[in-house]
Formats: sequence, C-alpha cells, structure tokens
Amino acid sequence: MKNDVARDTRAAPTISMIGTRAMLFEAPGDFTMAHQRRIWSLMDAAQARPDVCELIPGVTNLMLIFAVPPESPHDVADWLRHAWDTLPERHIEGRLFEIGVRYGGELGGDLAAVAAHAGLPPEEVIAIHHGSEYTVCAIGSAPGFGYLHGLDPRIATPRKTVPSLNMPAGTVTIGGMQAGISALTGPNGWNSIGYTDITLFDPRKQPPALFAIGDRIRFYPESIAP
Amino acid sequence: MTILETSALNTVQDLGRPGYRNLGVGTSGVMDALALRVGNILLGNKIDDACIELQTYPFVLRLDAPASLVVTGIDADIEIDGRAILPWMVETVAAGQVLRVGAPRTGARGYICIAGGIEVPVVLGSRSTQLRGGFGGLDGRPLEAGDTLKTTGTTLDVAGYGALPPARVLDAVACGDDAKVIHLRAMPATDYELFTPESRRRLWDAAWRITPQSNRVGYRLSGAPLELRHRVELRSYGVIAGIVQVPPAGEPIVQLADANTVGGYPRIATVIEADLWRLAQARIGTRIRFHECSFAEGVAAMRPVDAYLDDLRMMVARYRASARCRAGIKSGDKA
Repeated sequence: MKNDVARDTRAAPTISMIGTRAMLFEAPGDFTMAHQRRIWSLMDAAQARPDVCELIPGVTNLMLIFAVPPESPHDVADWLRHAWDTLPERHIEGRLFEIGVRYGGELGGDLAAVAAHAGLPPEEVIAIHHGSEYTVCAIGSAPGFGYLHGLDPRIATPRKTVPSLNMPAGTVTIGGMQAGISALTGPNGWNSIGYTDITLFDPRKQPPALFAIGDRIRFYPESIAP
Repeated sequence: MTILETSALNTVQDLGRPGYRNLGVGTSGVMDALALRVGNILLGNKIDDACIELQTYPFVLRLDAPASLVVTGIDADIEIDGRAILPWMVETVAAGQVLRVGAPRTGARGYICIAGGIEVPVVLGSRSTQLRGGFGGLDGRPLEAGDTLKTTGTTLDVAGYGALPPARVLDAVACGDDAKVIHLRAMPATDYELFTPESRRRLWDAAWRITPQSNRVGYRLSGAPLELRHRVELRSYGVIAGIVQVPPAGEPIVQLADANTVGGYPRIATVIEADLWRLAQARIGTRIRFHECSFAEGVAAMRPVDAYLDDLRMMVARYRASARCRAGIKSGDKA
C-alpha cells in the first residue's frame, strides 16, 4: 500500500498516514491495559516532539497531528516504533467513580439484543456489566466521552449495523469490546443497556471533561427494568 | 449588527478549535477554510478571526455601525440596501444599511467576513460554534432572527478591491469534461487493503453522489456499496476532516468540520487538505470522483494554495498602500 509506512505482521505496530498531516500508530495484539499503558507512554513521548501539534489517543492506538506535513514520514514511523519497543508502561493512579445505572427499560433498549448475542439472560448481562471495574483508556468521539476497558468478553457485542438516531446523553453502552457512557444526545451505533444522570462535559469547567485517562469506574444498579 | 432573516444552521465560525481533541472536542471551524482566509486577508484581519458561515439562504443582516465587509465562498446575488455588490470584493457599509445574501449560483457555503472579526466569547481557545456540544459561537447555537453580533473592527480607509475566487485560480484535477462532477484527490488510508480489489477499484472509478444526509459533520455518499474482504470490528481511533470511512452498509462517509474526534468504521482513504474546500462548496446531489494520490503529491498540492494566499496578501498590501497614497493618507493614520 502506497501510503502505508509500515503494515505487517501481528507482532509489529501498524503505522499509516491519514492524509498529509496525521499519522496513526496502532499497537499489535489484543485490547489489554498493558498495551494501553504503553500507548499513554508513547503519547507523553510524542507530546515532546516539536513537529506534533495535537495527539488523539484511541483504544490501543495513537494519532499524531503535525503542524505541517512531516519531511519524512518514515523517520517519524521509525521513531514511533523505537519508542514503542523501549518505553515502559505508564501507570496512572486515576480517581474512582461509582456510578449508579438504571438498567434496561426504554433507555437501555438494546439490553435484549446484547443478551441474545451473549446467549445469557438479561439479569446476568447486568450482573456481569456491574461486576467489573473499568478504566478510562481514552477520551474522544464526543466531548468528554470515555472509552472504557474492562468489559467482560462474555457480553462484548458488535456495534449496531443501523445506529440509533437520537440516543440520550448518559446512556450506558457497549460497542464491541469497549464500554462507555454516551456524552451527548445524538446518533450512536453502540448498544444501550441502561442510563445514568452524570454530566461528562462542561466547557466552563477546567478541565472541561469529567473523566481523565486512567480514571476507574464501577457501576452499580440503581434499578432494573424488564 | 442585527440578524433580520436567517434559516437553519448558519453559525459563527473561525478556523477551528485545535488542542482539545484529546478530550473529545472536535475542531469545528469553517468548512471552507480557504474562503475565510481570503476574507480575513482582504480585510487585514487576523487570519483566524471569526465570520458568519452561511449554509441556508436568504440571509439578511443590518449593520448597526459602519463596517467593512466581504462575502466569500460563493457566487450569489448580494445586495446592500438593494444595490448589487460582488462576492470576494471589499465593501464599506454605513450604519443602518442592510446586507442581503441570496441563494448561491455556485458554491454552497458563504462567508460574511467583517473587518475586526465577529466578537463572541472565546471558549476553549476558539470562537467557533460547537453545535453538538452546545458551546462556542453565539451561545453554542445557530443564528436566529433578532440576534445581535458585535465586531471590534472599524471601517477600512479603502474598499472596492477583491480576490479572484479560488475556483478560478486553482486548477482542479484535470480530467473529464462534466462540470457537474467535482474531482478530489485522496490518499489510501489504513484499511484500504481490507477492501476487495473490486471495491478498491470502484472507489476511484465511480462517480459518488452526495446524499441529503450530508452536513458539517460529514458527507454521506451513495453508490454501489464497497465491500470488505471480511468483516472487522475495529478499536476506536482518531478521526480528522477528510477521512473517508465505510460503515457496514458500504456507502462511504467523508468526515468534515464537525466530525467526532474518534471513530470505529474502516478507513479506506483520506481527501487531501488542499481539496477540502472543494468539498465544502459541493452541493447535495452533485457527484464526486476520487483520484488516488501519494503523500508527496498531497503535500505538493498545498503549494498552489499557499502561493494563492501569499499573492493575495501582497496584492492587498500594495493596493491599500497605493490607494492611501493617492488619497493623501499618511501611513500609520487610521481611517
């Protein structure tokens, strides 16, 4: 592939150009916290590069946005690969949030679909969901939205083929192996299983986002609707 | 100034809100950054001063104080108190006069740029309206009739000069003779190879129609669906304007100014930065053709754009200096 700086085996990262001013680094292997902590390290190291003007950490990946197109994308890719291979994991002592969820009902309308996909009764999906502790891996998509690691693979459910058009902010969701709480009301392709009242973003606050990477989240059931 | 008449989705925008994507805050900003840059250069503004971005017409406003302004981005019937003025030309308007911008003959998004820029509070580093987040611009919402906006600017001492529209100066990719097809250069992106060979070929060969489900967030294109060799469930990754994603139904979406910062659909290509303004000015129903380009070609494509803006800067400085000289205004005097 012409614009791929490196595309290869499972063991090596994938690095590709997204247009002329953005480069995407994708870690090899599974969605693990060990990998995510290495992404956080890489983010710190890339922050110090003078050519980088913005960074978007994703789920086991990192997008670098350059002020001007890099002279040599290959050199940047080499630097990234070297940093990935040598940097230690970055451990963040995040805050713990305990969040009450109203499971099921209209605002958790995809609970039945998740249960069907998992081959488990809805009550068990709920128990599995609030039985795990989650870590905020990255903030993105909408203002303040946190991508959560820690979803039990038994209830992982692919994103919907047809997104909901108007999912309310505060919807507790599952998208593939990722868990989340929707930050804004709007179209959303993730599966809704419940609802919570918290506000994830306030532009007048500093910082404006409630969650930061490394924060931990525990859900507990406030109510369960059939 | 007071907005007298407007319809949906006209907002205050500047060049965007960089630096908060790591908190999920998209850049927003004008769809056609080239048109705003031209307006700001013509008016001697700072390059990132804010303007009014028009997407629906007619739009009518009254200047409550004298102002110098220019409308860029489109060709349309534009009037001041019923007197026709040209787009891309600087005009000085007296207090109480009414500016009316009609539906465009060419282009889609018009930019009303005012000397001094539109003065709204800077939120998270920008004056751009973030519609989804409900902040920035004027109270985080589209403009409505009765709204008033301020500018810190004064009138310029010269007017009656302008810019050649970018569409006249910057060559599109030369191919085809159908003027209704917009040609865009794009680089293959991360997941290009995950698509079937036939789909990859069709990305470049098909004329994709811009559907009515197209807006500042992104343009949805219609055509025969693009197919993956096998289904993938990607981990969420960073998104920038120009990225072409393919949702499961197979019809591509080009993400634009109000795109989410992170997404999860396979990425087949990225429209290069030099051509994004063409997309911003493409109307619903028009067809677009993608042309494969390399990183080096994408970088080189910015040169004519930069040269156009540099030439304009020089021309404006010269014109204003000579006009002031003729008028006997000493340099350094304010109008």
